[in-house]
Formats: sequence, C-alpha cells, structure tokens
Amino acid sequence: MGTPPERPVPDDAAPDQSAAEIERSTVDSSRGAMEPDAARLARGAAGEAEATFGVERRGMFGPTGSGDTSGYSGLVRPPWTAPAAERPYGSYFDDVVDALAVAYPGTSEAITRVVVDRGELTLHVAREHLIGVMTALRNDESLRFELCSSVSGVDYLGTSQRLHAVYHLTSMTYRRRIRVEVAVTAEDPHVPSVTALYPTADWQEREAYDMFGIVFDGHPALTRILMPDDWDGFPQRKDYPLGGVPVQYKGATIPPPDERRYYK
Amino acid sequence: MTDSYAPSRETTEGRVYNLSGGDWDQVLAGHTVGEERLVLNMGPQHPSTHGVLRLVLELEGETVTDARVVIGYLHTGIEKNTEYRTWTQGVTFLTRADYLSPFFNETVYCLGVERLLGVEIPERAKLIRILMMEINRLSSHWVWLATGGMELGALTAMTNGFRARERCLDIFELVTGLRMNHAYVRPGGVAQDLPAGYDEKIRDWVKEMRQELHGLDKLLTGQTIWVNRLKDVGWIGVEGCIALGITGPILRAAGLPWDLRKTQPYLGYETFDFEVPTDDRGDSWSRYVVRVAEMWESLKIVEQVLDRLEPGPTMIDDPKIAWPAKLSLGPDGMGNSLEHVQHIMASSMESLIHHFKIVTEGFRVPPGQTYQAIESPRGELGAHVVSDGGTRPYRVHFREPSFINLQGTAAMSIGGMVADVIASVASIDPVMGGCDR
Repeated sequence: MGTPPERPVPDDAAPDQSAAEIERSTVDSSRGAMEPDAARLARGAAGEAEATFGVERRGMFGPTGSGDTSGYSGLVRPPWTAPAAERPYGSYFDDVVDALAVAYPGTSEAITRVVVDRGELTLHVAREHLIGVMTALRNDESLRFELCSSVSGVDYLGTSQRLHAVYHLTSMTYRRRIRVEVAVTAEDPHVPSVTALYPTADWQEREAYDMFGIVFDGHPALTRILMPDDWDGFPQRKDYPLGGVPVQYKGATIPPPDERRYYK
Repeated sequence: MTDSYAPSRETTEGRVYNLSGGDWDQVLAGHTVGEERLVLNMGPQHPSTHGVLRLVLELEGETVTDARVVIGYLHTGIEKNTEYRTWTQGVTFLTRADYLSPFFNETVYCLGVERLLGVEIPERAKLIRILMMEINRLSSHWVWLATGGMELGALTAMTNGFRARERCLDIFELVTGLRMNHAYVRPGGVAQDLPAGYDEKIRDWVKEMRQELHGLDKLLTGQTIWVNRLKDVGWIGVEGCIALGITGPILRAAGLPWDLRKTQPYLGYETFDFEVPTDDRGDSWSRYVVRVAEMWESLKIVEQVLDRLEPGPTMIDDPKIAWPAKLSLGPDGMGNSLEHVQHIMASSMESLIHHFKIVTEGFRVPPGQTYQAIESPRGELGAHVVSDGGTRPYRVHFREPSFINLQGTAAMSIGGMVADVIASVASIDPVMGGCDR
C-alpha cells in the first residue's frame, strides 16, 4: 500500500524490447522531420504553449512499441487545442465577460483565454488572479455565481502546464453556468484555494489534491480524502504506474491497461 | 430484603417497588457537569452510519461539540477505470458509482458524451430515460426511508420500504434484465426497447406505489416517535446549503425550489406537468416531507411518459455510434438477439466486420470538454467529461451529491444530541458508493 505498484516485467522481455526499439527509432526519425514546420506552426507564438491541451498522437493501435498491426502506424494526429473564441461569444457569454471586466479591474490580464465550445463558456484564468476573479464572479450583482458546483482536476500529460483545476460555477439567480480553468505545471502545482469563498470546495479540493497532487494554498486542511493517508503518488495523473495482473500460469502477466493493445 | 435503588413498601396487593429514580439532583449536587469530553469513533462499520461512513464525534456528555466525517472506504477508482475502456463501456463502471440511482449515473454520463459528439437522440429514447429515472427516484427514496427508518428504530418502515423498493426493482428487471448495475442507458439512446406488456405492468406498479405511499403516510406521518425524532433536528438553512454546495431535497426542504428538472431542464422535462415540493423548516422532518412529496410527483411523470410513448427507434440512427446489435432477453439472460446473430454469422460479412469493429474499437469522440448536470434523488449530479479525440474517455469526473452533501454533517450535528446525529446523517441520504466512487 505504501508504494505505488511497480510494473511487473516479464522475464522474456528481450524480444519485445527489440521490437519496441525498432518502432521507436522509426517514429523518432519521422518526428525529427516533422518538428520544424508543422508542430511549431501548430503551437504558434511562444506564449501560446499553455493553450495546448492534448498531445500529438501517433499510430492508430495500442501503445507505441507494442507492434502496431493496424497499418496506420504512420498516422499523426496533432495536439488538440481549444480555439480561442471571438466576439460575439453568443448566448449570455458576452454579458458575463463584460460584467466581469467591470467588476474585476485586472480581467484583461487575468483571463488568458476565452473558449466557447459546445455551448459552454470556459475562462482560462492565471492562478495569481483566481481569487480576484472568483470573488467578482460570486459577489457582483450582475454575475452572482453563488454555487460552486464542481471542482475537478485534469492531467493533460505532455503539455507544458499539464495540471488543470477546473471549477464549474452556477448562478442560481440568472440560471447560468460557466467554467473557470487554471493550469499549472507539475513542478509547481500551486493554486490558491477558494474555500474561503466557496466552503463547498473544501472536500473537492482535497479530492483534486489526492488524485492529481494540485496543492491548494490556503486550504484549511489539505489532506488525502479518498485514498489512504499513507498513499504515495497521485493516482489519477496520467503517468501514474498502473499495476499488471499476475496470472498463475508459467509466470505470465496481464500487462497494465495502458500497455495493452487498444485503438487510439 | 431492601434495595437502595428501589425502595419498597408492603400493600394489601403485595410488595410494591418504587422505581421513580429522580435523585440525580442529589447525586450531582456539588459537581459541575461538562468536564467530561469524549471523542467517539463511529464507523466505518456501524449499522447506523448508512454504509461505510466514519464519523468522529467529540461529545460533552450527550451533546456533540465537534463532528468530523471520514470517507474513502469504498473508493474503487471508477473514474480512473473509465479512462481505460471505450466510451460505451464507461457506462458499465459509472452505473456502479451511486448504486441506488444507477439510471441517473448512466444518463448524465451519456448526456455528456452526446454533447461532445454533438448528436441528438430519438424522442422515444429520451422518454424511456425519463421513465427509468423517475422509477429510480422512487426506488432510491424508498431505500432512504427504509434505512433511515431502521437507523431510528422504525423497523416497519424498513420492511415496508424495502418491500416497495423491490417492486421498483421488478420493473428494472423487466426492462433491463437486471435489478441493479444495469448499463441500460448507452451513448446514443438506450440498450433495448421496452418489453411487451410494459404499459400494463408499469401502470399496475403505479397503483401499487400509491397504496404503499398511503400506507407510509398512515404508518409514519402522524407517529409521535417519528415526528419527535425528526422535527427540529439537523437544521440547515438556504445560505448554509448554497455555501456548502448542498442541493436536492435538503435545499428544497430549506425553502429554495431549486430543481434542475425545472430550472435548467434536460431531455424535455420542461414539457412535463409536475410540481417541485418544498418546505420551510429546513430540518430532518422537512426532508422527509419533501422526499415523500417528490415520490408522488415522480409517479405523475411516469404516467405522463406512459401516455406519450410512441413506437420508434430507441437508439440513434448512426451506425458509427450506435451499438450494432439488437439486444434481447433470452432464456439465459440478456444478449444479442437471435436475428442479429443469424444476420452477422450467416448472411453479411460486412455486418460482422462492422459489429466487430464497433464493439472492440468503439467510436471516437471529438476532443473537448463538457459539464452536464441532472437532478438525481440526492441533488445535482454532474459529469465533467473530457475527450482527447480517442476511443476512450480522457477524464470523467462525477460531481456526486452524496460527496458534497456530506460536508453538511458537521453543520447539522454540532450542538445537538448524539442520537440526533443519526437522524441528521440519515436525512442527508448519502450513498457511499457514489460518495467514494
């Protein structure tokens, strides 16, 4: 329980290893050719790196190195980036953003990106402005987001600011919902706690800490909530090692889920 | 033979013992009460804590001065598990989260997936979802009544509640083939159509439920012990509810008519005729009143759905998303229908390939994220669903009302008696499977 489960290594791993090496070398050579133009163009300006959510995905079948038999191993899908919305945002979104700009003077630098996707508004907020923005969202008469419905974490492994704390706010007065998102790096996973504004965030921030290791500064008691107190690591991070299942047949092992073959 | 605790005297009828007690004033005279601080651990294995919930209570005599809630004993990693299954298989995990309201878990997740896909499901599938959810609301409230009653010593409430709930599970079994953990609602619709004779059976069930509710009214509503155990116990007001994020019957019992079926309708709830019951006391009694009234309203919705159901498809007409097989209930349980098996095994190679691909590979969901919320028996049940464009969910987070509402335990119990903690926790109606996921 104390340590994260180690991946069982099958004894006769050598043949697989070599196949994996071959696969990796071919992938690397193609990536080298791709990198200068396409990937950099996709990222755009230097400051735009944080807006990238997904990572580039290669092949169509299974984890890299396991022998892609689909015939689509050269397929490359670019990282997923939510496009910044342009005005008018539509629906009540313009009103919300305008009212926020009035209520919180630093809005222009606080909001790094406004995304309108599938009829939902997402405000990407710099973490030093989170408390200011949330206070305005809760208190301002034309905003009134009284209820913090949900706080959750997402780990976009492979991007520069991979850990996202996502707040879903509900305005019971105006019957509106918005999403506020803060992105931090895994090396400096500090986000100010909103428990003073929304007491309901107490357990939810503890859960996000427990599962993703996002440290909410100012939280009254940031301890694990779902996992045992002495657990190591943050289980819902995408690079958390998953255990394989030993089966009682000649030392065979069912590989961890992320090393099994699956369709991408 | 004298007993210092029960003085006796001789009468013509024989010896009479006087067990009046009441000498505590003398016993305690000269002592100050209130120096006895006791930290009491309740649970996680305790018959009155509603599943594997652990309470750490600080008591001063019988008065609760501090209450802490410890959870996590039923954490099974459901959210993480969905990340390694296809979008359709995710339902199978999430239905087990809050095991008393499986149709709500399935529906809110499927609404999220459908929003990400940008598809609209057939009208009949929407109605069937509403039908099953409202029946589920009754079954969930029956369990709340049964377990809550048992925890307060009302054992007949327990037996009656579970009897009525069993009738609800009969309907689930009739429709889905399973009493619990159905995985009936799927992205794109529902797994299979309603069986023959459903209308009559469900209408009979509605009649039966009305009888049960009348019986419940006779048994509990006027009963002195039940009233006294609940009234003025576990109070929390609207401000407290919103600050702590508490929704559902607890918020409505405090006086705010906030029901997502009315305030932010989904699946066409706005076209149904039903009331949102509220009460203004904000205590455990109000929650009892509100939940029972909700059960009556759910029956109204069920009848309206039955009136409206027209024949039609129950799964989206998009072979790239829809489950290829028509499922049917055979003698050995639910499975692919015989016609479908014959079709793919004997007559169409392309259908076989398609079946194989969509079942093993699943479908791809365009990248993005969404948050969908519905009104579960316990409050706002939200699903934050993130896709990276692949065949498997990138992240699924459930905003579980049990998890959020349990934060109100301290506010409801501190300052009250230790026996009232049980009534308060029972009135929150937490389901630990959902809380810990």
